[in-house]
Amino acid sequence: MTRDEIVLAIKDIIATIAPDEELGGLELEVRLRDQIELDSMDFLDIVMELRKRYGVQVPEEDYMQLATLKGCVDYLGPKLESKALVLTALKG
Amino acid sequence: MRYDALILGAGMSGLGAGIRLAQAGKRVAVLERHYLWGGLNSFYKRAGRRFETGLHALTNFVPKGVPNVPLTRILRQLRIPHDALRLAPQRHSKSALRLANGETLQLEYSNDLARMRASVARLFPAEIDGFERLVAALPGYSDASESDRTTSARVRLAEFVREPRLVELLMIAPLFYGSPTERDMSWAEYGILFRSIHLEGMARPEGGIKALLELLVERYRAEGGELRMRTGVAAILHKDGRVTGVRLDDGTELECERVLSSAGLVETQALCGEPRASEDDPRIGRLSFVEVCCVLDRAPLELGHDTTIVFYSDSERFLYERPETPVEPRAGVITCPSNYLTSVPDAEPLVRVTCPANHGFWTGLDESRYADEKARAVDAMLATAESFSFPIRPHTVFRDSFTPRTIERFTGHRGGAVYGSPIKRRDGQTDLRGLELIGTDQGLVGVVGALLSGISIANRSVLAPSGGVA
Repeated sequence: MTRDEIVLAIKDIIATIAPDEELGGLELEVRLRDQIELDSMDFLDIVMELRKRYGVQVPEEDYMQLATLKGCVDYLGPKLESKALVLTALKG
Repeated sequence: MRYDALILGAGMSGLGAGIRLAQAGKRVAVLERHYLWGGLNSFYKRAGRRFETGLHALTNFVPKGVPNVPLTRILRQLRIPHDALRLAPQRHSKSALRLANGETLQLEYSNDLARMRASVARLFPAEIDGFERLVAALPGYSDASESDRTTSARVRLAEFVREPRLVELLMIAPLFYGSPTERDMSWAEYGILFRSIHLEGMARPEGGIKALLELLVERYRAEGGELRMRTGVAAILHKDGRVTGVRLDDGTELECERVLSSAGLVETQALCGEPRASEDDPRIGRLSFVEVCCVLDRAPLELGHDTTIVFYSDSERFLYERPETPVEPRAGVITCPSNYLTSVPDAEPLVRVTCPANHGFWTGLDESRYADEKARAVDAMLATAESFSFPIRPHTVFRDSFTPRTIERFTGHRGGAVYGSPIKRRDGQTDLRGLELIGTDQGLVGVVGALLSGISIANRSVLAPSGGVA
């Protein structure tokens, strides 16, 4: 996956767990929680989906790294390098 | 073949828990003894017509996008868009109290608190400040203190409101909407119910409870969950204080890591091997109901009745309790599903009336007398209900009713106790490791509460995969 694809992968996961949120204008370097309604349970769901879709384990001490979309790309980049993008909510 | 989790009951809490566990990639099956989903909120067919059970309403209604409230939270967790529920808000509802002199006080409310404020101010001008203080002081969903849990709601209400008739009026809807205890409830429970009914509000999914259940079942299956209908559980198997599996009615044994049971507290303990509790066991709830559904020849609106739900008391003292008589017609609820702001009118309008009933009378009744007694009870109920609504019987083309006996048979809840045991296990924990309670005896009521119950216990299971705490 490229960096752009990782952004798409994260947006697709958020679109899956939060179908009522508008994701079009998400900024890369602003905390996700400041842009959309996400609580700690939603955050665990994001981690859960990363495991289900890509087999990526994110230990609890690394959750902070996923606070922004850019953080996600930096942290997940090496882990997702060889994986193919899975889209479920943002198809088409 | 071992399951991560087996869930007893395909009601709201079981399906909610099932969806969460399946989403987390757990191997999960929901086992339902009945051939229909829904449990205490279900539907059935009679003479080619479909009827629903329960009060027809979803409490906790908020429009799409309102953060930090139960409805938004459960939809998020279940990954269901708000629009998919197609919620039709209520027109307005009321609590009605008939005084000894024949006068009736009517407290009106809608999904806008302003209407309730205005109604309080009109009925009791001197009490409006006390009412405002009451609203401001209500315990929240999760910040109730230990003393809130042990203090009587009536005692606390009287600190804000001096007029005893207003206290009575303010108790009617919350009691009817979910108290497993007679006459009173804790201040903490009152806070939750008042918020659910009055600060948020009431709505009905288009297509009724059936549409909502279908949505949940579809979500559950889409996540890979297994649903087994007509599959009753005869026993929960355990060894050395820990759950090992279940034995089905047909003798099949299934192994699992954990069991989430919506069967109820005393019912679940019986499945674990405890001897059957006697009818007067304090763990068995005392509140059950007779309910009648009348199909009408025209809409209630055409008959001048525009209220969605009427909670009524035909006596100054609201008789929310198990009556000595077969049924208590002086306390009841009248619901009109066609009086929601719906764009999809029901094919046939109907009205339903629900009153407290004596479980022992109905289960002890000889079969030859059952139908006659039921007809008599229903006539008494409708006669009183009409004095709070419109002439129901002259416009009834078909009616069907059920009693505590029916409720017990189809839900398995001892005593036909719709709101379960007065003893709640708020943390869902039991004496067995790997066995947790969900649903009404975890202490959350209503459709949204039941879903929240299943979701929260399932979340804890997912977060503590090793089997949790004892």
